[in-house]
Amino acid sequence: MVLSLLLISLVMSAILGFVYNATKGPIAQAGKAKELNAMKEVLPDFDNDPAADPKEIDGMVFYKATKADQLVGYAAKTFTEKGYAGRFDLMVGFLPDGTINNVVILEQKETPGLGSNMTQPKFKDQFNSLNISTLKDKKLLVKKDGGTVDAISAATISSRAFCDGLQKAYDAYMINFIDPGFKPADATSGSTKPAKESEGGKQ
Amino acid sequence: MEILNIIIIAILINNVVLAQFLGICPFLGVSGKVSTSVGMGAAVVFVMALANLVTYLIQYFVLVPLHVEFMQTITFILIIAFLVQVVEIILKKSAPSLYQALGIYLPLITTNCAVLGIAILAVQKNFTLVESVVYSSATAVGFTFALVLMAGIREQLDVLDTPRGMKGFPLSLIIASMLSMAFMGFSGLVK
Amino acid sequence: MSNFKYFSNGIIKNNPTFVLVLGTCPTLAITTAAENGIGMGLATTFVLVCSNMMIAALKNFIPDKVRIAAFILIIASFVTVVDLVMKAYTPDLYKTLGIYIPLIVVNCIIFARAEAFAQKNAVVPSILDGLGMGIGFTLAITLIASIRELLGNGSIFDIKIVSEQISTILIFILPPGAFITFGYLIAIMNRLKQKYSN
Repeated sequence: MVLSLLLISLVMSAILGFVYNATKGPIAQAGKAKELNAMKEVLPDFDNDPAADPKEIDGMVFYKATKADQLVGYAAKTFTEKGYAGRFDLMVGFLPDGTINNVVILEQKETPGLGSNMTQPKFKDQFNSLNISTLKDKKLLVKKDGGTVDAISAATISSRAFCDGLQKAYDAYMINFIDPGFKPADATSGSTKPAKESEGGKQ
Repeated sequence: MEILNIIIIAILINNVVLAQFLGICPFLGVSGKVSTSVGMGAAVVFVMALANLVTYLIQYFVLVPLHVEFMQTITFILIIAFLVQVVEIILKKSAPSLYQALGIYLPLITTNCAVLGIAILAVQKNFTLVESVVYSSATAVGFTFALVLMAGIREQLDVLDTPRGMKGFPLSLIIASMLSMAFMGFSGLVK
Repeated sequence: MSNFKYFSNGIIKNNPTFVLVLGTCPTLAITTAAENGIGMGLATTFVLVCSNMMIAALKNFIPDKVRIAAFILIIASFVTVVDLVMKAYTPDLYKTLGIYIPLIVVNCIIFARAEAFAQKNAVVPSILDGLGMGIGFTLAITLIASIRELLGNGSIFDIKIVSEQISTILIFILPPGAFITFGYLIAIMNRLKQKYSN
């Protein structure tokens, strides 16, 4: 009785072990490929491997993209916990002056037909070419909260969460990579223009 | 309060049966009478709380340190099957009438997707041990709640005339859809 | 029963979803888009065929007392195989189906066929039975998913059929819609069965 169970376990473990080893590589690859594709979508052309040197800040990950050694921008993998269904992840591409180039939603489980419409160009393209420092108090807010963002109808929570994810990434990006003296939204604003230092741009 | 949040969300907002579609088989199968439903629900609460406790410990003290997370499905379901056997033996000795009433549905708790599903979800949500047990118990209470509601409605419907094609499963499913819609109204409870 | 009968049994006459009403959890949960139906159906069919095959091959070797434990070991292992393979080669589908992939192990269809068929029949009929049941399941859930996707999202297999201006019946993509679609389809199948067996 125990013998038969043992034998079955052995056979199944062998099968499993084989499959596990065979799929280990592709699994790691699949994860990286998705992120690399997202980075390609949110940034202009680059020729380095941004994923080779990720910088983790506050749970977000920043990837530097260069072309011919010139800084093209940074891709930021950010997230928000304030979604209607909890957390969702975004990949946003920032140009060296802090302007948002493009946003791609990595993973979300918002309500279909409502919050999940954040993936539609109608909503998410409004952030392209937007520089948050040009906004009042350098805060990205939906119109309902006094800001400029057109929320998805009947999905204000998802829209707010989206702004939250972008805001977090922007603030961290500015402080860490562009201008150490940058004051994020809640502080009293000093200058309204970020310093145009590109980080380590090799000339 | 984080714990209170978990409880309300588990029972009302993300009700395991009506919103997450776990535990449908017993939900459709056992909900003929209110008394059996209460008994089934109680058994599920017990199994789920215990199962979550054990699977949590196994996950974090065995699977992760040994880097064999892919064995999660197998180990979890084996633990659950074992626990259900234990519960069966206990019930047979201490509450034989309930044991008879539940009949085949008791060993079927093993294949109740809710038990395995919630065990896996609790790990995915990175709960602490306490949060995990609270989560699973609350979820099971939500399961019982939905089950008893359904049983109450079905008991009433049994004495009425229903169209031939709709008898049985179709009717239960339509009722379930209305319950599900009603529960969607709870989503405004938690910010 | 001829070999073909073993196979066709599961497609209409004893369709696991509409006739036997087994495996209802994934049926309701993942049928929000037609391609999810196909993905889940194929994954389940794979596990069904493999476990049916193995159980039929080992049935004389497994003592009755440890039957359930042995079934669990075999089924759970094949589910893990599917899980790993999908994670590696179809990551997007893997993310969409989420927790329902490991939940294939408690899909009552697999246990029911192991218990009712594979345990008492030879290997080849068992493989055919698994295949038939699996395909019947796939067809059923893809049907449900297509209806829900069409009514709730105006598209099918991600191809938009309905123009942007028309508002879709959102409830079909949400949980209540799953119950409604499934319920009415079973009712229709019941009526058809009654008509044709008279």
